Order: sequence, then C-alpha cells, then structure tokens
Amino acid sequence: MTDGRSDIDALIDLMARLPGLGPRSARRAVLQLIKKRGPMMRPLAEAMTRVAETARECLACGNIGSGDLCPICLDDKRAKGQICVVEDVADLWAMERGRAFAGRYHVLGGTLSALDDVGPEDLHIPKLLTRVGAEGVREVILALNATVEGQTTAHYIAEALEGTGVEVTSLAQGVPIGGELDYLDDGTISAALRARKAL
Amino acid sequence: MDWRADGILLATRRHGESAAILDVFTAEQGRYLGVLKGGASRKMAPLLQPGAQLDATWRARLDAHIGSYSVDLIRGRAAEAMSDRVQLAGLTAVCAILSFALPEREPHPALYARSLALLDGLGAERWAAAYLGWELALLEDLGFGLDLTTCAVTGQAEDLIYVSPRTGRAVSRGGAGEWAAKLLPLPPALIRPGGDGLAEAFRVTGHFLATQLAASLGDKPLPPARDRLVALLVRASDG
Repeated sequence: MTDGRSDIDALIDLMARLPGLGPRSARRAVLQLIKKRGPMMRPLAEAMTRVAETARECLACGNIGSGDLCPICLDDKRAKGQICVVEDVADLWAMERGRAFAGRYHVLGGTLSALDDVGPEDLHIPKLLTRVGAEGVREVILALNATVEGQTTAHYIAEALEGTGVEVTSLAQGVPIGGELDYLDDGTISAALRARKAL
Repeated sequence: MDWRADGILLATRRHGESAAILDVFTAEQGRYLGVLKGGASRKMAPLLQPGAQLDATWRARLDAHIGSYSVDLIRGRAAEAMSDRVQLAGLTAVCAILSFALPEREPHPALYARSLALLDGLGAERWAAAYLGWELALLEDLGFGLDLTTCAVTGQAEDLIYVSPRTGRAVSRGGAGEWAAKLLPLPPALIRPGGDGLAEAFRVTGHFLATQLAASLGDKPLPPARDRLVALLVRASDG
C-alpha cells in the first residue's frame, strides 16, 4: 500500500497523466499490463528505467538521444550544409518518418510567443546562429508550424540570418495530399494559390 | 447568461487536452474569456489563430463563471498575414496589446471599430500611420489620452513641439522654458497622420503605454510584440 492506496491505483494515476490517456483508458492499460506481466510489463518497466537513466538532449541539435550527440548528428552521411529548424523533438521525429530530408536538424524548444512572453533568448536561436557560422551551413530550412507563433519565429530567424549569405527557405503551405478544396479554409486556399507552380 | 456577437479572437490558451480558453474582443461586450470544448483539436486549432473574426456565442449559468463559447469562423486573417513579416508582426502586436491592456467585460465599441479597421487594412499603404493613430486611440479609450491641441503652460495652439512625459499634454517652445530638456519631443506624425518623425512618435506613445497604461496594470511589461512591430515599421519608413 502507498499512502493508503494500492500500488495499482498509484500506477493508474500516473498513467492517466500521460497525453491521450484518461482515468478509464489508464485503467484498461494497467489491467492489460498486469495480465501480460511477463511478456509486456517487465520489459516495459526495464526499458523505461533504462531510458530514464540514459535519455538526454543532444548537445548540438537538441534532439533526444542516449549520448552527448544524437545518432543524426553522429551520422557522417548526413549533409552538413543543410539545417532543418523545427519547433520540437516531435516535429523532428515527424520529419524523419518522411525520410525526405538527409541533412541535420536544430530543435528550437518552442516558438516566440507574445502571450506566454517567450522571447528569442528563451529558445535555442542563439545556438542556431552559432551553428550556422561554425558548421559552414549553406541552407537553413525553417520547418515551423503554419501558426502565427510558428511563422513569427520563422520571420525572426530569417531576419537574424540576413547578411550571413545563408539561404533561408521554409516549407510550402497549401493543399495537403488527399485534401479536397471544398473542405479547406479560405486562408489555406489563398496560401496554396500564392505558392502555385508550373506543371 | 448568454450573448451572441461578432468578435476578434485575441488569443487562445490550451485548457486540458482538447479544450481552449478563447480571449475574444467584441463591440458590445468588450473582451470576454470563455472555454471552447474541442478548441485545441486538430480540426479547430488551425482556425483559431489570433486575429480571426468569429461569430461567437457565450453562455454561463452565472455571470461570475468563466462561461463557454461556441464559435463559427467568419474570416481568418492570419493566413494572409503569414507571408509578410510586417503584416504578421502587426497582427500579433495588435492582438497582444488588446489582450494585455483591455479589462475584461468592459465594452469599448469605438476602439473595437478602430481595431477592426486596422486589422482589415493590414498591408495597406500608410498602415504605420494608422497603427500610430490606433495606439493614441487605445490610450484615449483607457483613460490615458494625450492632449496635443494646446500648450499646457500658455494655452496657445501654435509652435507646439514638446509633450509632457507626466501629463501627456503638449507644450509650446515658449512654454517649455527651462523644462525643455525634460520634455518629450512632439513630432508632426503625432499631430497629423502621415507626418514626419514616425520613430519619435512611437517613442512617445511607447512611453505612455509603458509608464501609464502598463503601470496601471501592475507594472507588467508591454508585450514584446509591440517593440518588434515598431522596429519593423520604423525600418520600413527609413528605407
């Protein structure tokens, strides 16, 4: 017993705090783990203990890995002339899932926010500027969210890199693959029209 | 308690996993907060960007409750502004300053109309002068208006070249006397739209926004979005 509650209740409470899980789904997950204690629960607990001890932020790009440098930064096959700037590690992983980018990344750790009073010094922007100079970067690709805060951050970085000779590009905005025009909002259609290309 | 009105979305804050707290500015109700269920969902979040024009319905059992919103998007403004550095900074600064400065549930219909016109005119010629006029109107509406019509010392309406940093009243060259060094300059841009001295004019309005308006709100610093916008506008006017 822990504080008058069972260990199982404590585990359910912890699981319920995870994103996407509520008390009911946490209870179901814990029950499933208990039923599959050998093949699932113990390996999971061991993996979590290992990750809790080894996971750390990459000193170069801000990705999460188990050493000082993440596997991407250690990979010599990765193009060194391109840096893709993302807001969060989840965005980096999303880009990696697409396997479309063979350069390196830089995780900002957030975006500029007037509401939450987040300024450039609260993000890894100074570190990005240092990397661009030190690593001989030719192109910075701004893969930031198409939100007011994401694009404000993109403009700020583009401005900070003016005069460095580095090409600054951003992801295209417009119709998603599989998207139907009828269901798109006016702003997306306008952005897509502005970014049209010759076929 | 309930009302329905068109309003400008000033800000959204995530509330729990999928809900959001909306900060909406309407003509009749003023600035009102409320919870929108599903407001942080993948479907709704892209539509709820600052500056969006919403058809909003607010409901609560008691007036003291935060209440809940149901909204329809009338028109988004963010997508148009995103590709332009100055427009995006303008949209962000206007929404951030309104959210920062306006008291909740206090109607400011004239300021609402002016804010609407300013946001609808993003990217238009002489937008910087319109924004400067909007800052003056904001100060006026919230009780910190500048009186630039006559000299505070002599009462004359000619040769007004200073502003008192304490009272916000104009001072003439003759009236300034030995106090001239302690007064703020009064550039033409503050007297007639499109006049010279935009940078100085922003320094004057910035002084009153910081020392009077922000001070009245517990000395919170002005949103940094204003400084960024002013820097861009001044650079554009110089270039």
